[in-house]
Amino acid sequence: MHNKSISELAHGLRTGEFTSVELTRVHLDRIASHNPTLNCLVSVCEEGALQEAELADRRLRAGDVGQLAGIPIVHKDIFCTDGVKTSCGSRMLDNFIAPYDAHVVSRLKQAGVVMLGKANMDEFAMGSSNENSFYGPVHNPWQAGAVPGGSSGGSAAAVAARLCVAATGTDTGGSIRQPAAFCGITGLKPTYGRVSRYGMVAFASSLDQGGPMARSAADAAALLQVMAGFDGRDSTSAEQPVPDYSATLNDDLKGLRIGVPKEYLGEGLEAAIADSIQAALGEFVRQGAELVDISLPNTHLGVPTYYVVAPAECSSNLSRFDGVRYGYRCSEPRDLEDLYKRSRGEGFGAEVKRRIMIGTYALSAGYYDAYYLKAQKIRHLISDDFRAAFEQVDVIMGPTAPSTAFGIGEKSADPVTMYLSDIYTIAVNLAGLPGMSVPVRPVNGMPVGLQLIGNYFQEARLLNVAHQLQQATNWHSATPAGFE
Amino acid sequence: MQWETVIGLEIHAQLATRSKIFSGASTAFGAEPNTQACTIDLGLPGVLPVLNQEAVRMAITFGVAIQAEIAPRSVFARKNYFYPDLPKGYQISQFELPIVGKGRVEIELEDGTLKPVGVTRAHLEEDAGKSLHEDFHGMTGVDLNRAGTPLLEIVSEPDMRSAKEAVAYAKKIHQIVQYLGICDGNMQEGSFRCDANVSVRPKGGPLGTRAELKNLNSFRFLERAINIEVERQIDLIEGGGAVVQETRLYDADKDETRSMRSKEEANDYRYFPDPDLLPVELDAGLIESVRAGMPELPDAKRARFARDYGLSSYDAAVLTASKGLADYFELAAKVAGDAKLAANWVMGEFSGALNQAGLALEQSPVSAEQLGGMLLRIVDNTISGKIAKQVFEAMWAGEGSADRIIEARGLKQITDSGAIEAVVDAVLQANPEQVANYRNADEQKRPKMLGFFVGQVMKQSKGKANPQQVNELLLKKL
Amino acid sequence: MSLQRSDVEKIAHLARLAVSEDELDAVTADLSNILHLVAQMELADTAGVEPMAHPLHMVQRLREDAVSETDQREKFQAIAPLTEAGLYLVPRVIE
Repeated sequence: MHNKSISELAHGLRTGEFTSVELTRVHLDRIASHNPTLNCLVSVCEEGALQEAELADRRLRAGDVGQLAGIPIVHKDIFCTDGVKTSCGSRMLDNFIAPYDAHVVSRLKQAGVVMLGKANMDEFAMGSSNENSFYGPVHNPWQAGAVPGGSSGGSAAAVAARLCVAATGTDTGGSIRQPAAFCGITGLKPTYGRVSRYGMVAFASSLDQGGPMARSAADAAALLQVMAGFDGRDSTSAEQPVPDYSATLNDDLKGLRIGVPKEYLGEGLEAAIADSIQAALGEFVRQGAELVDISLPNTHLGVPTYYVVAPAECSSNLSRFDGVRYGYRCSEPRDLEDLYKRSRGEGFGAEVKRRIMIGTYALSAGYYDAYYLKAQKIRHLISDDFRAAFEQVDVIMGPTAPSTAFGIGEKSADPVTMYLSDIYTIAVNLAGLPGMSVPVRPVNGMPVGLQLIGNYFQEARLLNVAHQLQQATNWHSATPAGFE
Repeated sequence: MQWETVIGLEIHAQLATRSKIFSGASTAFGAEPNTQACTIDLGLPGVLPVLNQEAVRMAITFGVAIQAEIAPRSVFARKNYFYPDLPKGYQISQFELPIVGKGRVEIELEDGTLKPVGVTRAHLEEDAGKSLHEDFHGMTGVDLNRAGTPLLEIVSEPDMRSAKEAVAYAKKIHQIVQYLGICDGNMQEGSFRCDANVSVRPKGGPLGTRAELKNLNSFRFLERAINIEVERQIDLIEGGGAVVQETRLYDADKDETRSMRSKEEANDYRYFPDPDLLPVELDAGLIESVRAGMPELPDAKRARFARDYGLSSYDAAVLTASKGLADYFELAAKVAGDAKLAANWVMGEFSGALNQAGLALEQSPVSAEQLGGMLLRIVDNTISGKIAKQVFEAMWAGEGSADRIIEARGLKQITDSGAIEAVVDAVLQANPEQVANYRNADEQKRPKMLGFFVGQVMKQSKGKANPQQVNELLLKKL
Repeated sequence: MSLQRSDVEKIAHLARLAVSEDELDAVTADLSNILHLVAQMELADTAGVEPMAHPLHMVQRLREDAVSETDQREKFQAIAPLTEAGLYLVPRVIE
């Protein structure tokens, strides 16, 4: 049951082949067996999940044919869930039970999904390896001891290990795509503004975007269908119609112009990964697509720019964690300043503190122009690179990450080395474009992700292109050993 | 040395919206602590601000009223600092691109001349909560009901040269925002707050170092605090010292300003555009619709009162001091059909009664229609001005309309000449000596002596005889 | 761009983060390394380029002025570290 696609499961639930309670139990059992070693979930909601499954079964019997009714998923622990702890991977929120549901959570709840639990993540979504979690690192199902990527590492590992049918994630600089690549699953970061950020604990407000993580493009389409759409509570939510993402999955790719940026396949990329990417591109050519060499000349500026913009926004976004109204409060504060400094000093982990300090510095008097303003200008240049590219091509492709999953502890000593692992994903967030990672031919038994970048609000096109690849190949259906 | 004072004011006017600037929580004053602080006002993780259109409309209205440029594009920024009454650790404000640009108002100086005062800018921002320093086991309590209430911060140019000018300017702004209906102007409740930047310089010299005065919650304190601060600065400089740029708190009890050391730490607010909010772009249509719907402003109303009602400039100023009083006067005048009479009564008897009772205009027991109704009875000779005072007192005491009181108390003026003649005859008959004296007296002395007979007749008629008719009859008979 | 320990102390104070004496050298080195990475921005010619604060060219939507929230103090304060009489308590603030 745990290997079925959403459409197969929906069919089984509708025809009474099995119930949502049975389906939920299967997944809860798998969580019980595997989560202790993977550490991909920080909260498991057994009782709540079974209640939701029963409710879904009733709705199904009553003829509720919503595709997600009764489907068990997990939410990244960055989405606020009313009554269930929302930790954001931080000691700061280890005791935080949100008094409301995030938009994404309530939309999926309305659609009848079953929430199995909350997924581990890098603290406040800051990291590329899931090592920055208060709850400890997540192991990659493909290889114990390897990272699952981050920050949505728990979500990616849970989907890859078949502990849930699909998961939600968030992506600020690659946090859906890079773990999807490392864990061999399909992840989509929508256009900025496509999915409401309401109730998603903010890291960098102008970059953050929630999206689906699943085992196929078709499953991701089903999730996005519910997650996407205008929300009046988010001023940056786009008032754009949501197309039927499943309707165009089977469009053929004849004449599709695929831009291949030279900057993405050059220096710094492992040769074996480059080969895997080329193999996937070859498949698209076989299906009638055309490859176009393009250039995104400011690619090298993406990481430096990102590490000003994101920390600047985070330094301000995380000021609300002060030990006064919720969250961690240090014991016996001597005075107000002590309350602030120790609550924040003890409640936040090292990487979060580094980024808050970098951001504070970049915005401070005398440095604003040289850092923050400069970064915003480069952001414009990077965005213009894509604008120009999309005048020639329909979609851009390249690797999601420069390597396969690395070992736990391998890069954690040097923040800068870690930052560079997001080199291919970061520019997409700076520009606000939709991006996707789909599994292609593995290297040494480890998953490799192909990144697809689309023009604004072209999620349907990305899902279509990914689906066509997944129809012709079976890279996406590979299952890690021990999780079959 | 002759010193010159330089003053600029920063006024925070709470906008009279129903809900907060970025959330749907109520802005009503006086609720139980933290019962009007929603997830957004509390700065819970994940919540987001959405801008209240009414706050924007009110800001535009103010901008139009002071002939300022309304920015077609304005941007909200975050002002970052830590304080318990600031839940998010930043205040959403406008920094580089405020919604209202340069404007001006005119203040009237004591000698009656007009002086323009420049408004540098006015911008929208959210208010903070309140810290309560009563003793909670040596701790401070935080109430966030006020957090997120919309404010319009109105920044003046340093154009004022005395405490009196500063007060005149503050009163002018106070009058304008109330006329526009965008702020209730209640200074006790903190709906209208003034901070003053004060410096002194040798006359004509370069600007001196300024101190910012806070906690000026009445016009009287504003004037007092500035005067004290000016004296302090002059004494300091003349004693060889120097003014330090700092924030000083006015303490009304001790009648002094003192340095706020806790806020003195060099602040680095790290302003940057709020990524949760997008640029506010106003289409010309909206600005035009505000312009078209502008209420009459104080200066225009004052000029109209003087022109159309034939009032003196002073009377027109008194009656237009607040929109409420102006409206009251106009309605009373309309009902009475005599503007000058209405003006005299509103400024005299009516304002006096309010003052004596310590009531605000809105609390008056006598409505404008009621007052007008009474004045109408003076105009149509039903009662005399003297009797009217009795009627007014009865109305004030809640005895109903003027007509009812006149009827119930039998105060109707006697205009029947036969009835008056009878009284006159009786009085003349009862006082033969005075009649003889009158008839023997000089022409010049007679008018004064006539008063005696008038008094007697009025006394006999319980004040109800028409005084004009009484006079005429007496003159005829004597 | 290299930071000094005193710079880090100043930044940590602005950000209200306790950084212990033991951590200070390591944090100073880490932050300096990150700023070194960031310094690559200097290579970019941004003359005449408009800063970009938002990825999409959208403008602020305006909300109707209506009260939509009800009192949920009890629920909100259930997760607060310290409250009394409906107030959040903090160490005494001196004005």
